[in-house]
Amino acid sequence: MGQSITVTVNGTVHTAEVEPRTLLVHFLREQLNLTGTHIGCDTSTCGCCTVHLDGDTILACSTLAVQCDGSEVRTVEGLQADDGALHPIQQAFHENHGLQCGFCTPGMMMAALGVIEQQPDASDDEIREALEGNLCRCTGYQNIVASVRAAADQMARS
Amino acid sequence: MIPSTLEYTKARSIDEALAAVAAGARPLAGGMSLLPMMRLRLASPGAVVDLGGVPELVGVCEDGDELAVGAMTTHRAIANDPLIARHCHVVAQAAAGVGSMTIRNRGTIGGSLAHADPHGDLPAAILAAGGAVIVRGPGGERRVDVGDLITSYLTTTIADDELITQVRLPKDAAQSAYAKFHRRAIDWSIIGVGVSIGADGVRAAATGVGERPMRLTGFESVLDGGGSLEAAIARAAEGLSPTADLDGSTEYKQHLVGVLAARAYAEASSR
Ligand SMILES: Cc1cc2nc3c(=O)[nH]c(=O)nc-3n(C[C@H](O)[C@H](O)[C@H](O)COP(=O)(O)OP(=O)(O)OC[C@H]3O[C@@H](n4cnc5c(N)ncnc54)[C@H](O)[C@@H]3O)c2cc1C
Ligand code: FES
Ligand code: FES
Repeated sequence: MGQSITVTVNGTVHTAEVEPRTLLVHFLREQLNLTGTHIGCDTSTCGCCTVHLDGDTILACSTLAVQCDGSEVRTVEGLQADDGALHPIQQAFHENHGLQCGFCTPGMMMAALGVIEQQPDASDDEIREALEGNLCRCTGYQNIVASVRAAADQMARS
Repeated sequence: MIPSTLEYTKARSIDEALAAVAAGARPLAGGMSLLPMMRLRLASPGAVVDLGGVPELVGVCEDGDELAVGAMTTHRAIANDPLIARHCHVVAQAAAGVGSMTIRNRGTIGGSLAHADPHGDLPAAILAAGGAVIVRGPGGERRVDVGDLITSYLTTTIADDELITQVRLPKDAAQSAYAKFHRRAIDWSIIGVGVSIGADGVRAAATGVGERPMRLTGFESVLDGGGSLEAAIARAAEGLSPTADLDGSTEYKQHLVGVLAARAYAEASSR
């Protein structure tokens, strides 16, 4: 009962057969081997699976892969440049100690990019609001906000 | 968990979507309530029809003394829409407070009304504004006031072969506001209250107070009769008996209704 879909993921066009019930997060992790997008809950509340769908942040655990037919998806694997240079958001998390265990980090970075790309002058409050759906059990969030602030400033300069 | 096996089609027009629901498919809007339920196997539709490819269902425009809002307009689009901000602030404010950005990017106004969560924010805000929905089915179109739409927990008067196509919001609800109380930033309201001060008087409605959103008739009648805000607050929870649960006792929730009604009223009158 597969259905054929064509999805552009991090710039690469993939045509694949999926069962309609396949969640986007399982398609990414199990069919495309892009395991950077994590699964942290069964209730759409942790944000670990945050990716971009046609430029907007969404939960890959609460979206069917078939709903993304014809769309563009960006995941954490799409951040690093081809020459290995870290994306400013990755660099900023590294420099500002924005992670400890790292489990929440891919979703956190994609949610953060969602706000600073659409709103480069976002205030700290707006950054916090954009991250309200992303839980972190380790950092206490202060360094995450500092990282996002630093990345936003860096991206505005370059 | 993975949802159970299902068939999926994406409708390209309202007619295609209506044909699919008539054949038994469940409408899939933003999926922000339906997919979590399917993952928990609380819902196992054999077929869904995705409304995400129907352009006529998206957008906000003026139509006489009302705003016509497509059922598939997202919470984010509603929170940012200049017409809704100007004419029906209570709905924009409620939409801005839904879940997280990821939820607001996908979840829709039509889905919120059809889902009829007893703690949902949009139904109470739209009830306070005095809104209605346009429902289309095999027999044509009908208009249902939001107060007559939701009958009980997750239950509405929409038949399985019908769809909400539009939400109609009055343009005279500019002086309005929504106040919600919740524990975590992304949560539904424990209690939420919308207030609108219009030419015909004060309308107030609350969520979280029972099986469906309810008008605060005691609060409204004191203010409409020229009484004080204190007297209105004292009667805000009149006739309401919210269920005691982990979020609080019945008395605590009744107290919240008064506090939030006062907050929303103060904000609405200052607009
Ligand atoms: C983590 C989280 C936090 C949330 N927080 C809040 C909150 O704070 N406040 C709040 O109000 N809500 C909250 N929600 C719910 C959110 O508002 C949903 O968007 C909404 O309840 C459903 O809208 P949807 O478009 O996603 O509908 P779907 O999930 O796609 O559908 C919901 C139901 O409505 C039916 N349906 C959908 N569209 C139509 C239509 N046009 N005609 C007929 N039937 C239709 C579907 O068949 C289904 O039964 C939250 C959800 C999550 C996951
Ligand atoms: S896995 Fe928790 S929100 Fe998607
Ligand atoms: S770094 Fe461990 S959960 Fe956020």
